[in-house]
Amino acid sequence: MTILVAYVPTPQGEAALRAGVHESRLRREKLLVVNTSRGDAYADPRLAQEHDLETVRRDLTELGVDFDVRQLIGGRDAADEITDLAAAEQVSLIVIGLRHRTPVGKLLLGSAAQHILLDAPCPVLAVKAT
Amino acid sequence: MDNLTNLLNGFGDVLTPMNLLLALLGVTIGTAVGVLPGIGPAMTVALLLPITYGLEPTQAFIMFAGIFYGGMYGGSTTSILLNTPGESSSVVTAIEGNKMARAGRAAQALATAAIGSFVAGTIGTVLLVLVAPQVVKFAISLGAPDYFAIMLLAFAGATAVLGSSRIRGFAALLLGLVIGLVGIDRVTGQERLTFGVPQLADGIDVVVVAVGIFAVGEALWVAAHLRRRAAEVIPVGRPWMGRSDWRRSWKPWLRGTAFGFPFGALPAGGAEIPTFLSYATEKKLSKHPEEFGRGAIEGVAGPEAANNASAAGTLVPMLALGLPTNATAAVMLAAFTSYGIQPGPLLFERESSLVWALIASLFIGNLLLLLLNLPLAPAWARLLQIPRPYLYAGILFFASMGAYAVNSQPLDLLLLLVLGLIGFGMRRFGLPVLPLIIGVILGPIAERQARMSLQLSGGDLSGLVGGPVSYVIYAVIVLLIGWPLLRRYVVRQDRERSVVG
Repeated sequence: MTILVAYVPTPQGEAALRAGVHESRLRREKLLVVNTSRGDAYADPRLAQEHDLETVRRDLTELGVDFDVRQLIGGRDAADEITDLAAAEQVSLIVIGLRHRTPVGKLLLGSAAQHILLDAPCPVLAVKAT
Repeated sequence: MDNLTNLLNGFGDVLTPMNLLLALLGVTIGTAVGVLPGIGPAMTVALLLPITYGLEPTQAFIMFAGIFYGGMYGGSTTSILLNTPGESSSVVTAIEGNKMARAGRAAQALATAAIGSFVAGTIGTVLLVLVAPQVVKFAISLGAPDYFAIMLLAFAGATAVLGSSRIRGFAALLLGLVIGLVGIDRVTGQERLTFGVPQLADGIDVVVVAVGIFAVGEALWVAAHLRRRAAEVIPVGRPWMGRSDWRRSWKPWLRGTAFGFPFGALPAGGAEIPTFLSYATEKKLSKHPEEFGRGAIEGVAGPEAANNASAAGTLVPMLALGLPTNATAAVMLAAFTSYGIQPGPLLFERESSLVWALIASLFIGNLLLLLLNLPLAPAWARLLQIPRPYLYAGILFFASMGAYAVNSQPLDLLLLLVLGLIGFGMRRFGLPVLPLIIGVILGPIAERQARMSLQLSGGDLSGLVGGPVSYVIYAVIVLLIGWPLLRRYVVRQDRERSVVG
């Protein structure tokens, strides 16, 4: 079984990663760190750059966690990628970061977190940035 | 003094709430399209042209002028933060600008680009006020053969000087000339290249051509080459400059302006050559040559100023002669025609208030752009996060609407698609777009001048060579086109000399 962390290079993403590490130690399960982007804009702040991923790899190696880092850029929504991956990889827990959103923001844009919470085939742990 | 009065009257026309609002709208749209790579001011003016039919011509041109200048400002933001030049004229800015941004000096790079653009744009517009009426005085004395020669020079300049390959340039020019031929011959009344389709008798509207080649062609190209990898945007705060940045920037600004304006004003100028020249000069003159290649502020300040000064210079041939030297000027000339205004040397006389309001709006637009770009640069950079499918869906919507609105005939939509495919093919095979647009717009005018001179001479070809002006211009054209051959000869002679010596 694996614990999937939906990683983004933001405080929320870092919080999710920390929670994921904690869970993987408790459960003695492998950690799968995933970063996704639709990849169709000129710039995407939620796409982890190589140096972000390098930092993640270094930190996780230092912590002695059994982990794997994947980046998926396939033109699909982050939520779809995460839930599909969770179904395919026998994931026992998905860890995601949550951020505060304004009512107008919620009205205008869908929420990837909500999508994952409702569609995931396994329990989801949602953490806030501290 | 006459011009000063005219200019003040122009300011009087622009400084109404409605016109100021349109100027603000223009510079905002201009900056936005400048920031986004692949979408330039030429495409935007072409897309908005049918929508502005409801406006007064003066108001429409105030907006277009804002888009024209705004595109220049926006392009530098993308070059600096993303290393993806929005336009060929900001390629040089990306060299040092992106290095500066990577070294944590994005704020200073953006500031020197914006303030340099403002300085150069303002000086360039002042020069425009001084130079354009003189050019008009000279131009009125010219006859049809001279005009024909000047237009041939513009063709040769757009194809042989700009761009990497002459063959491709001429191929694009010929495509444009052929598209320009479609329709009824004005002199004999014969139908040309209409294939019996009655709707083609009036020719293909320039708006349909511009929108098809720029917008639909670009959209197809992006759809075919959607790079599924977003670039890294360097985060940036508010642009600002320290005292040493000011000290190192002001001379490159002025030198860049001096390079940019004359090149823009020449019928074969463009912004690429002066930006490169400015970069090379700053590199040579800099007190910190070791910083070049690693983010020297002079390497951003000079080319950015040159870029904007040449944009102002472009307006000299456009307003004084009716001659476009870049794509946006070409589309703006098409806009003049669609408003029933005849571009050419008589424009200053016949449409005096329009021209001076346009020039006054350039001053105001420049100021608005400085206010808009300096504090808001981070907000503009966020535009790059729009997913391209959404962006191009919007562009295609405006493109189809605009093409249909021109004549309200469904055939134009078909033409739009065909022209879009041609635009796609041109991008695929590396054909430059500018010669095509210049061919479509200037081709019919050049033909009229040529036929006029031939009619005056009774069909004798010597009628095409008018006076000393046309002799000089033909000599320049021969030089431009023959330069690769000549250069080989000159270089060989040099070598032989060095062997002998």
